[in-house]
Amino acid sequence: MMKPKELIARRIALELKNGELVNLGIGIPTLVANYIPNGVQVFFQSENGIIGMGPLPKAGMENPDLTNASGLYVTSLPGAAIFDSAISFGIIRGGHLDVTVLGGLQVDEHGLLANWMIPGKKVPGMGGAMDLVTGAKKVMVAMTHTAKGRSKIVKKCNLPLTSIRSVDLIVTDLAVIKPTKEGLILKEIAPGISVEYVIQQTDAHLIIPEKVPEMSLN
Amino acid sequence: MKIIQAIEVVDLIGDGSTIMIGGFLGCGSPDGIIDELISNRKKAFTIITNDTAFPDKGVGKLIVARGAKKVIASHIGTNPETQRQMIEKEIEVELVPQGTLVEKIRAGGIGLGGILTPTGVGTTVENAKQKITVDGKDYLLELPLRADFALIKAKRADYYGNLQFALTARNFNPIMALAADKVIVEVEEIVPVGSISPDDVHLSGVFVDYVIVGGRK
Repeated sequence: MMKPKELIARRIALELKNGELVNLGIGIPTLVANYIPNGVQVFFQSENGIIGMGPLPKAGMENPDLTNASGLYVTSLPGAAIFDSAISFGIIRGGHLDVTVLGGLQVDEHGLLANWMIPGKKVPGMGGAMDLVTGAKKVMVAMTHTAKGRSKIVKKCNLPLTSIRSVDLIVTDLAVIKPTKEGLILKEIAPGISVEYVIQQTDAHLIIPEKVPEMSLN
Repeated sequence: MKIIQAIEVVDLIGDGSTIMIGGFLGCGSPDGIIDELISNRKKAFTIITNDTAFPDKGVGKLIVARGAKKVIASHIGTNPETQRQMIEKEIEVELVPQGTLVEKIRAGGIGLGGILTPTGVGTTVENAKQKITVDGKDYLLELPLRADFALIKAKRADYYGNLQFALTARNFNPIMALAADKVIVEVEEIVPVGSISPDDVHLSGVFVDYVIVGGRK
């Protein structure tokens, strides 16, 4: 059976279109790069200042001056470009970034995302997340449906919000959910999962269309 | 521009100074300068930096050595020691969205009275900040940041202080160099004037006060 994180990454990868400029957040989103469909070429931006980031280098081939936003050594592809942090966030905030894929702690019925702190417990900081959600043309959240048995899709976020901009798509190990003005629409379910199970595992109202197809995976 | 030895930063930078430190999770940070500050037990700094890296890397080591009184950064999640000191109230931490942080620094360096950004509107970042509506869209007024010293890392300098950075080690470095009273650059080599072609100078030497040769080639 496919691991939940792999399933999420494979489904997200299908959303990416040829030529898009994409920023992948830390965690599950990073895995998306492994599953880009054949025939689709996307450009990866990393907020520390590069477009055209390539795969991780072979052991011994690391360049200490070339890392990704997780601090890991990466490579650059032919045609890559380097810029400082002001330009990097100008790309993000200025509407030049097509897609960002981010992890999430909570997403609510309005499509609002909380992903940067748990008051009193964990305060990593927002890093680039607030700028990414505010500025990217399309925001996708890649996260497990539940954490410690609790739904991460909620009526209203009780964790501090990342932005007041609604996200465009939520992909979990159970479902694909699209936030709309009317509410959260259940678009697809994971293989082997029933609509009833998704409803039971979700602490928010889901709009259920007549037909909810099984998610296709790359 | 003056070429100095790393040890000389100990006399230049007083305890309690406000210092900007370049680097992104340790990539492109002035490690030689940081090591001198640590081994000479310099302390009580207000540190403006993107992140506090890892406990054994970059600015993270200065946090572990208790060099900070306050940290202004976008992310401290990779350094448990920063979080511990914050929770124990040993240091104050001000979290700023990364794109806002770099623009606040840039504003401080280029003579702007602040910047308007949509990032943070409607979140806890809004705090008591002034909100300004332009063409129907809300923005936060974010004020400029400056420091007594910017400690930055470049690949190479020439004898005028013109700088060239390498790959993603560039990050906050050229921006911080705009916004401090004194700019101290750690480079891997100093090359003759003219050997960096004008098009390849990433930051003019006009911003640079001191250059230290250290680190790897």
